[in-house]
Amino acid sequence: MRKNKAILSIIVVLIILLVSGCAKEEASEESSIVIGIAQDIEDSLDPHLMDSAGTREVLFNIFEGLVKPNSAGDLVPAVASEAGSNDDGTVYTFTLRDGIKFHNDKEVTVDDVVASIERCADPKDGGPLVQAFSNIESVKAEDEKTVVITLKDPDTDFLANMSVAILPADYISGATAEILGTGPYKFISRSPQENIILEAFDGYWGEKAHIKNVELKIIGDADTIVMNLESGNIDMFPRLTTAQAEQLSDKFEILEGTMNLVQAVYLNNAHKPLDDVRVRKALCYAADAQEIMDFTSDGKGQEIGSSMFPSFSKYFMPELNEVYNRDIDKARELLSEAGYPDGFKLKITIPSNYKPHVQTGEVIKEQFKAINVDVELELIEWNAWLSDVYTDRNFESTIIGVDASTLSARALLARFESTADNNFINFNSPAYDKAYANAVKSTDDAEQTKYYKECQSILTEEAANVYIQDMAELIALNKKYTGYEFYPLYAQDISKIRLAE
Amino acid sequence: MTTVIKKIVGSVITILAVSCLVFIAFEIISGDPALAKLGISATEEKLAALRLEMGLERPLFVRFFDWVSGVIRGDFGNSYSYNMPVSELIGEKALTTMLLALYSFLLMIVITIPISIYSALHKGDLFDKAIQIVNQINMSVPAFFGGMLISLIFGMVFKLFSFGGYVSYSKSFSGFLSYMFWPALAIAIPKAAMAISLLYTAIVEEIKNDYVRTAYSRGNSSRGVFYKHILKNACIPLITFLGMAFADMISGSIVIEQVFGIPGLGRILLSSIQQRDYPVVQAIIVYIAFFVIVSNLLVDILYRVIDPRVR
Repeated sequence: MRKNKAILSIIVVLIILLVSGCAKEEASEESSIVIGIAQDIEDSLDPHLMDSAGTREVLFNIFEGLVKPNSAGDLVPAVASEAGSNDDGTVYTFTLRDGIKFHNDKEVTVDDVVASIERCADPKDGGPLVQAFSNIESVKAEDEKTVVITLKDPDTDFLANMSVAILPADYISGATAEILGTGPYKFISRSPQENIILEAFDGYWGEKAHIKNVELKIIGDADTIVMNLESGNIDMFPRLTTAQAEQLSDKFEILEGTMNLVQAVYLNNAHKPLDDVRVRKALCYAADAQEIMDFTSDGKGQEIGSSMFPSFSKYFMPELNEVYNRDIDKARELLSEAGYPDGFKLKITIPSNYKPHVQTGEVIKEQFKAINVDVELELIEWNAWLSDVYTDRNFESTIIGVDASTLSARALLARFESTADNNFINFNSPAYDKAYANAVKSTDDAEQTKYYKECQSILTEEAANVYIQDMAELIALNKKYTGYEFYPLYAQDISKIRLAE
Repeated sequence: MTTVIKKIVGSVITILAVSCLVFIAFEIISGDPALAKLGISATEEKLAALRLEMGLERPLFVRFFDWVSGVIRGDFGNSYSYNMPVSELIGEKALTTMLLALYSFLLMIVITIPISIYSALHKGDLFDKAIQIVNQINMSVPAFFGGMLISLIFGMVFKLFSFGGYVSYSKSFSGFLSYMFWPALAIAIPKAAMAISLLYTAIVEEIKNDYVRTAYSRGNSSRGVFYKHILKNACIPLITFLGMAFADMISGSIVIEQVFGIPGLGRILLSSIQQRDYPVVQAIIVYIAFFVIVSNLLVDILYRVIDPRVR
């Protein structure tokens, strides 16, 4: 009797399978796309409070500032229809765009603009939300269409900071918690660790998004990315490895850009023997960026010689790549001079979740063997890296990619000023401090560019870090879609994607 | 009755001890929930302010006591990352994981019982020999790998299901059962292999007993003898195994969810540990510990029911 029951249950299960296997989803009239993302937005959906690059690139579609970057890297007016400054960069004037609306179809007013900027400039608890805003003297609405920001010290570079999101004054005062922006997509809902749903905003002021429904699906397990793409569960995934890209069928187009990161072996300049510039130079002579790229990403990637990536063509100096071409003899000579003829032990701490950095570490380990530098790779968890390495500066060297949070040279160079809060490598060079101060002070664009380039040269000459590359970014996009555009910062512009004909 | 009460009290103490260990673990490992939430550009003052708000400045003992008193009232606190009550955050996910574990458990039983009975009764046959070999293989394949293989073969090659196409039980229960069949199968197979081996041996041993021959000679139907006596006694060692297996299946579900993209406790547990979202991790661990302990308790009680020798 029980045996029959068991068989019966098997049959029941099979029937259920067959029945449900036959049920098909109705095809949707509206266009939609499912984009895979590697992790959920855990810091915040509030663009003023969020911090991680992964969050930034998603919120890029929902929120906008008075200006915003375009794919060429220029700042274009967004919430403002006009933006300008006076000659010495102390007063910035913005004209509010006519008819621009938030996602609830309410018009944006100068009050919203003032409230948003004031919130980010509020110096309570040790500092403003946007560090550069500590330079703001006042924010005023001159009339219904004009906002004027006055700075304490002149700064011709200040416009780049005005990409900070404009939020409704209601939201900032706490009267409402609804997530509203002015961008091409509006936030619909989210399910923690599952997905985030966006919908194209009909009332967008600019070129409207092509695809109506967007689902950002969290694919936590890197090993399932290829299967998720092939099965149609997701249509697009950014930041693939070359290995994953190779496994994909020709159902997918593989787009190649760069990650806009400065990847280097960052050296703790305060840790012996790395406090000696000769030792640091020796490490630079022993490393070979092209070999690293060949081993880890099939040769893809772009070599860099200082803290700047090639997309910032205005500032990037390709000649710095040639300063430390591999020269083992020179490296050995420098080490002997510094008092380490037999080399030394070096610990490189790497966050284990970033496989490209781990792989780079493995190649570096081999490369440094040639000069008797015995590398120990220490893999730690991301949050441990943030607290121990980045905040407490408790490390010898580390491999990481640093991105630029705003479209400005300053975003990459500010941290090397000796008193900077985020100077995690403890870099200390009076010449650098002087050049950087000059750059910040200058009001002429050509002069400022000259000083920024001087900063980069100093970083290279002082061998602050062993610079490697701006890594290749591979994106898989189902051939049903087209139109993806790369940006010179960490951003995913979903509004440009459309169905292929 | 007193033994049951003793066991329940023991279980409560175990859950408390487990939670305490988790608290201590978080204290020891490096990583700061305020830093994880605010990020690297936050000033030290902001971090300190958030830590105060989170109550992290209080001594360990106070925090633990506070948490326990909250739990007794049914309040598991608020998630640091998502700013919502933990019970709301994990409620649906916990149910999904539990359903997966139950589904695997049922599948395991459905597979085990007919196969072991048939094998044992036809000992020495081709079927029996084949099952022995297949069993050995299945026992050694971990559920995670089994899951990847099933995804590849049945999902990608035979297209019997759409990989990653999880259907929520609130949307379509039949769709849910259909999709979950595969991860449940992945979890069930290694456990079923062990269970088959166990039950098979138990039945074979039981048949050798004297009372069996006596019953046959008395004229009892062979089927009656089999089910009323042999199988019932053979099930006793199996029940112990089932208790452990269910507990194991809960953790198996958490791992398998990653492969099949199921929104259960797996992902949220991992990400909460990474983000140092203590309240969420605590709640999930208590939830799992609770189920492990309850299933062991049930096993104990079932023992007393089935085997009069134990009473």
